[in-house]
Amino acid sequence: MELTKKILHLMEHDAKLSPKSIAVMLDEDEATIVAAIARLEAQRVILGYSTIINWEALGENGITAMIDVKVTPEREVGFSSIAERIGRYPEVQSVSLMSGTYDLSVVVSGKSMQDISGFISHKLSTLDRVQSTTTHFILKRYKQVGFSFEEPHEDKRLVVSP
Amino acid sequence: MSVIRGRISGQPMDMNRYLSKVVQSIPPSGIRKFFDLVAQNEGVISLGVGEPDFATPWHVTEQACYSLEQGETMYTSNQGLPELREEIALYQKRHIGVEYSPANQILVTIGVSEAVDLAIRALVEPGDEVLVPEPSYVSYSPEATLAYANPVPVPTYDADQYRLRPDVLEKCISPRSKILVLPYPCNPTGGIMDREDLQALVDLIIKNDLIVLSDEIYSELTYYGQHVSIASLPGMRDRTIVMNGFSKSFAMTGWRVGYACGHPDLIAAMNKIHQYTIMCAPIMGQKAAIEALRHGEEEMHRMVDSYNYRRKIILSGLTSIGLECFEPRGAFYCFPSIAISGMNSEEFCEKLLLEENVAVVPGNAFGSNGDGFIRCCYAASIANIEQAIERMGRFLNRHTYEESLNLEA
Repeated sequence: MELTKKILHLMEHDAKLSPKSIAVMLDEDEATIVAAIARLEAQRVILGYSTIINWEALGENGITAMIDVKVTPEREVGFSSIAERIGRYPEVQSVSLMSGTYDLSVVVSGKSMQDISGFISHKLSTLDRVQSTTTHFILKRYKQVGFSFEEPHEDKRLVVSP
Repeated sequence: MSVIRGRISGQPMDMNRYLSKVVQSIPPSGIRKFFDLVAQNEGVISLGVGEPDFATPWHVTEQACYSLEQGETMYTSNQGLPELREEIALYQKRHIGVEYSPANQILVTIGVSEAVDLAIRALVEPGDEVLVPEPSYVSYSPEATLAYANPVPVPTYDADQYRLRPDVLEKCISPRSKILVLPYPCNPTGGIMDREDLQALVDLIIKNDLIVLSDEIYSELTYYGQHVSIASLPGMRDRTIVMNGFSKSFAMTGWRVGYACGHPDLIAAMNKIHQYTIMCAPIMGQKAAIEALRHGEEEMHRMVDSYNYRRKIILSGLTSIGLECFEPRGAFYCFPSIAISGMNSEEFCEKLLLEENVAVVPGNAFGSNGDGFIRCCYAASIANIEQAIERMGRFLNRHTYEESLNLEA
């Protein structure tokens, strides 16, 4: 595997790994790793860094919905133009083109159900090419981006064994 | 609380006088004493474990649950499930390049520990000698003693990266030598034997008519190229019993499944003891092992990559705090020298535990020539490894300073 891929695989699971640790793990200079990461950022292979947060643990009751959207594709650009247009709203977390009975899956976050229904009725549904929407509110999260929301299993191994 | 008393005298019975001399003669595992000490402390960062920090891959566990739901809760044949033996044969062919017949050259055991015991008991007469490279895993010598054989330690050295040297081995061979244990990749040192290193032993082994017990439980955990088994070298196949299992490579220590491969006569003799003492390895473990061999390699390689990253982190950390350590190329242990502390292994480990709450295992638990070294297992989270290194660094600063004051005084 080439170096950039190895770096990305490590960072994908732990963005907090320092370039120094990555350098040790991959037998490289720290400077090489720093330069490679900078290059990946410039090339927009690394789009950014975010944190996976269990807001429910703090009693925060924000709300997230997944909206199935049927749209009319456009000549020349297909679904891209409308998908990008939907993605410009800051409350939209992600937009993906899907196979199956609808076209775009849109994830939207807001403070309340009213926020989200307002977004759908005023902004999303009124877009020219949007034919219909079906909204699913997320009730509880169990696992996200590979991280489980349940209590981690404690280390039950014997502390010393041969 | 009831106390057992003799019927006539009313005095507590001295049970020791009933115990066999040979059992009394073997010391309890050197790790046990240290374990008791560690278990009393809370918040210990442990680099003292001897097993993976991964749970068994879920598809393996799930397959075992499914087989239980299907009511597969019975004995298997003594040798183990035929499908498992077939998978083992395929695995050994691609892994070490040696073909074993599932019909009569493979025996499924309760881990390599049982396989070693069976092989020694099947082979030795009282007084025969079992050559055991040291430092190495704790059970070979006691198992030899229990079979009324004499274990003969064969020292291996840090300067040789703990490879077994033919000249050292030759000095330890006597007319009573019968078995050579080859525990590579090695727990506790992380040392491995390359093809040339093994080849250099072959003439000596054949000339002295030794049988080799090759404990290859860490064979998937090698970080520079694939493991080589001595059984794959010309002339060695029939005089080698290859032992392996699922504990380390597939993170399945608690399932207790291993196996031995070798000449049909040796396997048949081992099976005789096995059938009277164990009957068979537990069926759920065998079912899980089949799943691991059929579909577990991808996940196993992911785990090996992860150990390899942590191996580099700990090695760089140990070096940075002044503990010299050769680069271990197998297993998941580092075996640094603690010479700069001026302490022996047990003193170092006890003080490190009491003062900094870090558990590592004293090197002398693995043979007397392991003194002056400690075993650090890097099957731990990177955060814990880094924290342990920081604490050990602080500990060394304090103690090498005290040491220099003492020298001045």
